[in-house]
Amino acid sequence: MHPAFSVIFLTTLIGVGQGLFLALITGQVYSLANLLQPQDSVSFYAMGSALSLVFLVVGLFASFFHLGHPERAWRSAAKWRTSWLSREVIVLPVFMFLVAVYGAVHYFGLTKPLFVVQGVIEVDATLILGVLGAIAAFALYVCTAMIYASIKFIEEWHSPLTLINFTLFGLASGFMLAAAFSAWNGVDLVGFFGAWAVIFTFAAGVSRGLSLRRNRRLVHKSTLQTAIGIRHNQIEQKAQGFMGGSFNTREFFHGASIKTVRMVYWFFLIVVFVLPVLLLGASHWLVSPYLPVGLCRTVPGVAGRALVFLCGSETSAEPVLPVHGLRICCTACTNNSFIFL
Amino acid sequence: MTQLALVIDLNVCVGCHACVTSCKEWNTSGWAGPLTDHRPYDKDPTGTFFNRVQTFEVGEFPKTETVHFPKSCLHCEEPPCVPVCPTGASYKREDNGVVLVDYDKCIGCKYCSWACPYGMREIDEHQKVMKKCTLCIDRITNETLPEAERKPACVLACPTSARLFGDVHDPDSEVSMAIREQGGYQLMPEWGTKPANHYLPRRKTRIQIFEDELERANNPLRKEAPLPAAEGETLDDVSF
Repeated sequence: MHPAFSVIFLTTLIGVGQGLFLALITGQVYSLANLLQPQDSVSFYAMGSALSLVFLVVGLFASFFHLGHPERAWRSAAKWRTSWLSREVIVLPVFMFLVAVYGAVHYFGLTKPLFVVQGVIEVDATLILGVLGAIAAFALYVCTAMIYASIKFIEEWHSPLTLINFTLFGLASGFMLAAAFSAWNGVDLVGFFGAWAVIFTFAAGVSRGLSLRRNRRLVHKSTLQTAIGIRHNQIEQKAQGFMGGSFNTREFFHGASIKTVRMVYWFFLIVVFVLPVLLLGASHWLVSPYLPVGLCRTVPGVAGRALVFLCGSETSAEPVLPVHGLRICCTACTNNSFIFL
Repeated sequence: MTQLALVIDLNVCVGCHACVTSCKEWNTSGWAGPLTDHRPYDKDPTGTFFNRVQTFEVGEFPKTETVHFPKSCLHCEEPPCVPVCPTGASYKREDNGVVLVDYDKCIGCKYCSWACPYGMREIDEHQKVMKKCTLCIDRITNETLPEAERKPACVLACPTSARLFGDVHDPDSEVSMAIREQGGYQLMPEWGTKPANHYLPRRKTRIQIFEDELERANNPLRKEAPLPAAEGETLDDVSF
């Protein structure tokens, strides 16, 4: 695959935004249960929501760049009954709205308990909005992931692992950002968010490994024989029917060399899974949750997710013959070692 | 219900690309146009096409066969490109089963092209909308044209009549008969997309002649008259 960079930015940035918001809510719920100290509404929750919103807005903004007609983007909410893309288009603004309102309510300090459940849990407006936002955040992970997972012909994506990967990578990078945000804010939650970030990173590593293994072992349903319906073991393409490439050769083949792909494969495995954990360990050892360390932890998380999308949480980073129906026909005669990125 | 479709006879196709050029000519100036080109007279020419002919070599040299394979939208009965479209720009016509794109609604997100396992959709780099074979919807539904011309441009252009057009749901149509009697098949049936277009396979036609058929079996003397050539020049040899 050769997705536009805007799509990579979109899925990465909104994933981080969702993860950060979920981290904030987790913090609030923990403090409600007296497991963590309550944090300041304005400087922590309101600012955190604003930061989350920045990621969501930038992601949404980026997404417009892969459209041929961005001015018609509003139309894309029409077919929510059948299209996961349409569902994402609806859920994203709803989630952004909830994050904005949640941040605003915190900012204006409207945190007086509305009612008390069983005499213990003081429910205020932010908690209700936060829970709704958390549901929307998970719904958005599902929608974004299902855009890819629902395409059954791209067998590398058509798996529950795509959903799990999307959610875990979003959570991992979001919680890392939350840890960095706490460090910057001088809040004593770096350890809490950092620990969760490591857990999510580890879980993401496992699910990523599983999907890589699945893709390596994948036996494609379609072959050149079924694609053109000629039952012969030896078929060789001699002409694509055009000289200078077509939409298919541009859209479905990234054109990178096997060497580059191998490099990207190892680079992202190290940057996404190994480096953040090492940096976290280093900051723990130095006992100095300073901002630089926090940022160092976040940046690889974010960059890593971009790479993961690029080369494979949803597809295979292993050289896979483009056994994808007639798309084989488009390039088979020029290069048979292209892979889906 | 009507399901219009093409039936392409691979046994007859000679790979002349007449269907490609006639398709481009008709559609670039018609309802579905323009089909823009980029660098048409330069290095790496490229552009939007609804129909392309690819060539395959089957078997090992010298025992090979060359198969020319025209490919265009198959107008699936269960088109996977339609439900994924977020705007409803991609749709299947109820009355004749043709899968079309509404250029005024398409946002150019390319999602439908990911969902098509056949790679039949192409974005137009100029108009920034997704384009695909319309089965010449503006020809086949145009009642001002004579009946014989209400066919896709590619079908009319094919010099070997390798392309048939008709309703595959009507068991008595030319296309249904061809599918039934000449082994018509669908592409990648394993995905359940039920392509409406069918292909007719390569087939060998041999006449088997036995020795006794060369001489008349009921000739009582087992003796044929000498062939005219054996008697010297005939009128055919001297006239021209």
